[in-house]
Amino acid sequence: MTSAIRQIQASYAFMERNANLVKRYWTWELVWLVYSIANSLSVSFIGLGMENLAGSEANVDGRYLVLYLVIGTLVWRYLSTIFYWITEVISIERWEGTIEYTLMAPIRRIVHMAGQTLFAVIYGLLFTAVVLAVTVVIFDVDLENANLLGGTLMLLAGSLSFIGISVSVSILPLLFPERGAQMTHIVIAVLLLISGVYYPVEVLPGFLQKLAVVSPATYVLDGVRQALLENTSSSQLWPNIWPVLLMGVVAIPAGLWVFDQAERYAKRTGKLARNG
Amino acid sequence: MQKAIIDRSNRLAISEENIMTTQNNDAIIVDQALKQFGKPVPNGWRGRLRARRKGKNAVKSQVTAVDHVSFSVQEGEIFGVLGPNGSGKSTLIRLLATLLLPDGGSIQILGHDVVKEPMQVQQLINRVSVEASFFKKLSPMENLVYGARLYGISGSQTRKQVVEILLRLGLEQRDIYNPMDEMSRGMQQKVAIARALLSRPRVLLLDEPTTGLDPRSKREVQAVVRELQQEDGATIILTTHDMAEADTLCGRVAIMDKGKVVALDTPEKLKALAPRVNGHAPTLEDVFLELTGRKLTSDEVHQDA
Repeated sequence: MTSAIRQIQASYAFMERNANLVKRYWTWELVWLVYSIANSLSVSFIGLGMENLAGSEANVDGRYLVLYLVIGTLVWRYLSTIFYWITEVISIERWEGTIEYTLMAPIRRIVHMAGQTLFAVIYGLLFTAVVLAVTVVIFDVDLENANLLGGTLMLLAGSLSFIGISVSVSILPLLFPERGAQMTHIVIAVLLLISGVYYPVEVLPGFLQKLAVVSPATYVLDGVRQALLENTSSSQLWPNIWPVLLMGVVAIPAGLWVFDQAERYAKRTGKLARNG
Repeated sequence: MQKAIIDRSNRLAISEENIMTTQNNDAIIVDQALKQFGKPVPNGWRGRLRARRKGKNAVKSQVTAVDHVSFSVQEGEIFGVLGPNGSGKSTLIRLLATLLLPDGGSIQILGHDVVKEPMQVQQLINRVSVEASFFKKLSPMENLVYGARLYGISGSQTRKQVVEILLRLGLEQRDIYNPMDEMSRGMQQKVAIARALLSRPRVLLLDEPTTGLDPRSKREVQAVVRELQQEDGATIILTTHDMAEADTLCGRVAIMDKGKVVALDTPEKLKALAPRVNGHAPTLEDVFLELTGRKLTSDEVHQDA
């Protein structure tokens, strides 16, 4: 019991630390928030832009397109926020020069990841909520007929699989002190391309559509759109929910195992000592 | 009378009492610890092909940072490891701190193997490194509360202790809540020691804690180290290339060179190995010169890994 309490304390340590870092770096957080809002709005305005460009005869439903894109930007904002906070679990430490101190502490890596992940989820939800609030005001979004519960369920289920992927990718800064952080951007960029964030997956070339099947974001985006745009019931979202749950159940322990192996490799080869 | 055994062919000087024999009150037992970095250059055509592809100078040969080192440290002892840059001191500390996996030999801390039982070891140790490793934008209080929580100590308990310890170390009240990057290096190092103390480690690893400090800060940190041993009975391993520091603080000193322990004894007995120069009593530098043919404070190309 004492050991469990210690581990929970340790997990909370990461959450508290990250919260303090966000407070101290508040100007950067503000810049990132403004950028994210501007980015979301810019993409969402494409919907109205398409309607305008196509002309009234083309019968393009700009409002539908806007909502389609709003969902894309917000879901992606949330998932990518989780991805970055988790994959930076090592990068932060390397940047600050604290990697050896943290990895010497008597905590299980799952506890370390749990703390980082919980913070990522809470931060992601809050951050996305602010962007959503601004978006709703600007576009006068009507969600009266949307299945908000189903959309939320879809989002949370998808979080698990993204967490698993993020944990696996977080080994890159561990294995490659100089370039590992940059390498994680390649992974998120590919996921952005293939997951149907701003367009249906069907418009992609065949080989990219095949890749879309392994991205959990594909199912999350499709599921949330069904819930919010078509008012699909939560039970009918099950074909989208079970793949991401399965991916999460597999990816999280796999990610932890991979991280453990990477950490052992880093300790064998002396890569911990080199700061980024 | 302890007899120093000097093997002039390999410059090894270890008194009979200090050849590793385990005792019940040994806090640390290092037995033939080996740590190598890099891959060995293959022989024959593979080695030549690699040299042609990467350039002769770019081919890294395997470096043996810790070369079959053996010693034991008793509980409550301040044990010094003295050596130039690149001698393997920091690598040895990292092996003890579970930050590196040894390639050979074994290391036990208070009965726990560092490879097989890393978490048990981690609960008993703490380390102060030459770079004060902190989140620079966080205050000493925020950094120390974070550090304490990693060791299972609650925030409320820590906050009181932090203020007491830091004031005792000479920090001002306001410094405790300002970002770390507004503090001098000496102050940061004191905060690093305070952080290590919070977890009440039974073994404290101090890796050149006074390097780069001004003389006053150095003396203050050394006083804290002495106090730790006297009041808390902590076992302390101190690596340094400051001979005076090793001389005054340590009960025994191991002199390392190129990954090997070339001498291990009390400072007085080590100094007895070197002859008097111009009537002056020998220093540990003289001992190092006598054993290795080189100066302890000469420029070194290689840094500890």
